[in-house]
Amino acid sequence: MLGNALLLALREIRRNVLRSVLTILGIVIGVAAVIVMVTLGDGATLAVTSNIQSLGSNLLMIRPGQRMGPVSGSGGSPFRLDDVAAVGRDIPAVQAVAPAATQSMTAVAGNANWSASVTGTDNRFFEVRNWTFAAGRPFTEAEVRSGRAVCVIGATVQKELFGLQDPLGQKIRLKQVSCEVVGLLQAKGQSTMGTDQDDIIVMPLRTYHRRLAGNRNVSLIQVTVREGESTEEAKGAIERLMRKRRHIDAHEQDDFNVRDMKEVANMLTGTTKVLTELLSAVAAVSLLVGGIGIMNIMLVSVTERTREIGIRLAIGALEREVLMQFLVEAVALSSLGGVLGIVLALGASVQLADLLEVPFIFNPRIVVIAFLFSAAVGVIFGYFPARRAARLDPIEALRRE
Amino acid sequence: MTEPHDPAPVPLVEFRQVAKVYGLGAASMRALDGVDLSIAAGEFVAVMGPSGSGKSTAMNILGCLDTPTSGSYRFSGVPVEGLDRDQRALLRRNHLGFVFQGFNLLNRTSALENVELPLLYRRTPRAERHAQARSALAQVGLTGWEGHTPGELSGGQQQRVAIARALVTGPRLLLADEPTGNLDSARGHEIMDLLTGLNRERGITVLMVTHEPEMAAYAGRVIHFRDGRVAEDGRPGGHP
Repeated sequence: MLGNALLLALREIRRNVLRSVLTILGIVIGVAAVIVMVTLGDGATLAVTSNIQSLGSNLLMIRPGQRMGPVSGSGGSPFRLDDVAAVGRDIPAVQAVAPAATQSMTAVAGNANWSASVTGTDNRFFEVRNWTFAAGRPFTEAEVRSGRAVCVIGATVQKELFGLQDPLGQKIRLKQVSCEVVGLLQAKGQSTMGTDQDDIIVMPLRTYHRRLAGNRNVSLIQVTVREGESTEEAKGAIERLMRKRRHIDAHEQDDFNVRDMKEVANMLTGTTKVLTELLSAVAAVSLLVGGIGIMNIMLVSVTERTREIGIRLAIGALEREVLMQFLVEAVALSSLGGVLGIVLALGASVQLADLLEVPFIFNPRIVVIAFLFSAAVGVIFGYFPARRAARLDPIEALRRE
Repeated sequence: MTEPHDPAPVPLVEFRQVAKVYGLGAASMRALDGVDLSIAAGEFVAVMGPSGSGKSTAMNILGCLDTPTSGSYRFSGVPVEGLDRDQRALLRRNHLGFVFQGFNLLNRTSALENVELPLLYRRTPRAERHAQARSALAQVGLTGWEGHTPGELSGGQQQRVAIARALVTGPRLLLADEPTGNLDSARGHEIMDLLTGLNRERGITVLMVTHEPEMAAYAGRVIHFRDGRVAEDGRPGGHP
């Protein structure tokens, strides 16, 4: 019965190719939209996750000030160098501590100038950030200890100040200080916050304090937690230590914040997921609209083919056979739409992923779900017209022109 | 079907006081008003009567497309009025063939596919289906026209396809509703020759509605309807 119904349905679809294509267009677009949204959403999530992993997922960032938005804090006095030493010394779970002080400054080289973020820190900065060198070297112990005027630059600074020239050995002037470029960092691209991570000049903290800042403040302490140690526990230990060192009473709030990069990662992927789900839901609405389109055409088709239905009933077709014929026709139409939608979506996803610079992730689950959903749309929206066809009175139906 | 010692064989079709009323109360209309009718297997019967005489209603009930309001209709002994919609559909599928005035073929569907249609519902396997449909088309003289759609066939040819479709299942009763009504007289006589041949050579009982006496003359028996009753029942050429 099903084989025959399928045969009849395909004959009918073939008989009305243009109408069939127009009918399923809604389903095609709906399925394609859902799959594209999910695929791009998955890609964006992966992009965010790998971006954060490039920062180091066992990274804690301690900043002065209360926690405000997702990254910045405000208020609170800066840390001192002995705070940094205490974190490294008193908390066993800590693998590496890198103090940093940062400010934005105009850098000049030859007749090019560029405003970059200048960070004073030491070699552990590169370690906690998982940052490798494209050329040159990190600072030597002697340079760090004595505060020599040397710097390591990011890819953006290299491009803006030196263009195609080799930057190693060149001088960059910051305020009154002329420092020598000893290293070039591997390009990292944009951070998850949209800032350019490569727009950076790194120099020894001592140099920064003495020659540029005129104080000994530390605005950021970056900590990596040892493999196998809980970042949660390390974070708690750091908070207790800093409260003690900063003399915060039990009833007072922290005037600093410790941020776990895992939290940031979870929050950002969470945001991406919510956005993907929302967009997919909007796309799913077009599937619904597509289903209504199918119902509409099936109703027209039943009216148009009333006499045909009459003939079939007179010849001895059972009610359920006529029902099955029209239902199978609706499902065949909507499934065809689903298949076309999947093909269209995969093509579009590859193109769009390339355009939006997110990785293309083939998700077979969503393809299967989309196909089943489109078939279900055929069943749901095809049932009413099919039942109407099956319930026709053969005498009335035969009389109709 | 009939016992060898049975003195009166069961008629193929038997109406007993069949009435059909449309509508309710004062607006009701008695299309059939107590009809008694009996047709034996192998007969060729023409049904005549003015429009509104009840002959179409009688045909619909005979064809198991409709049920009587009262009275009983037995098809080869089976009480049809007790059957539900699907049981009547199965009865049509297995024992009846229909030929209509307007041919009622599926458009844009080849002659072969049209003739195959009843076999599809009977789940005849594909190869057998093709063979039976070809043979039925050959019987109505349409060999070589299997691939043509109704739009490409003349009226007479279309009615032949319709007859092939009706006889492809080997029915016991062929119901023809004005089969020559849309045809010119020459084509009409060809169709009548065809029906007569089927009746004589294959023993198919034919029941045909017509308003043309020259077509009714092919039948062995003519039934006249008037005002929902059988007015006359006899051999053709009798009093109108």
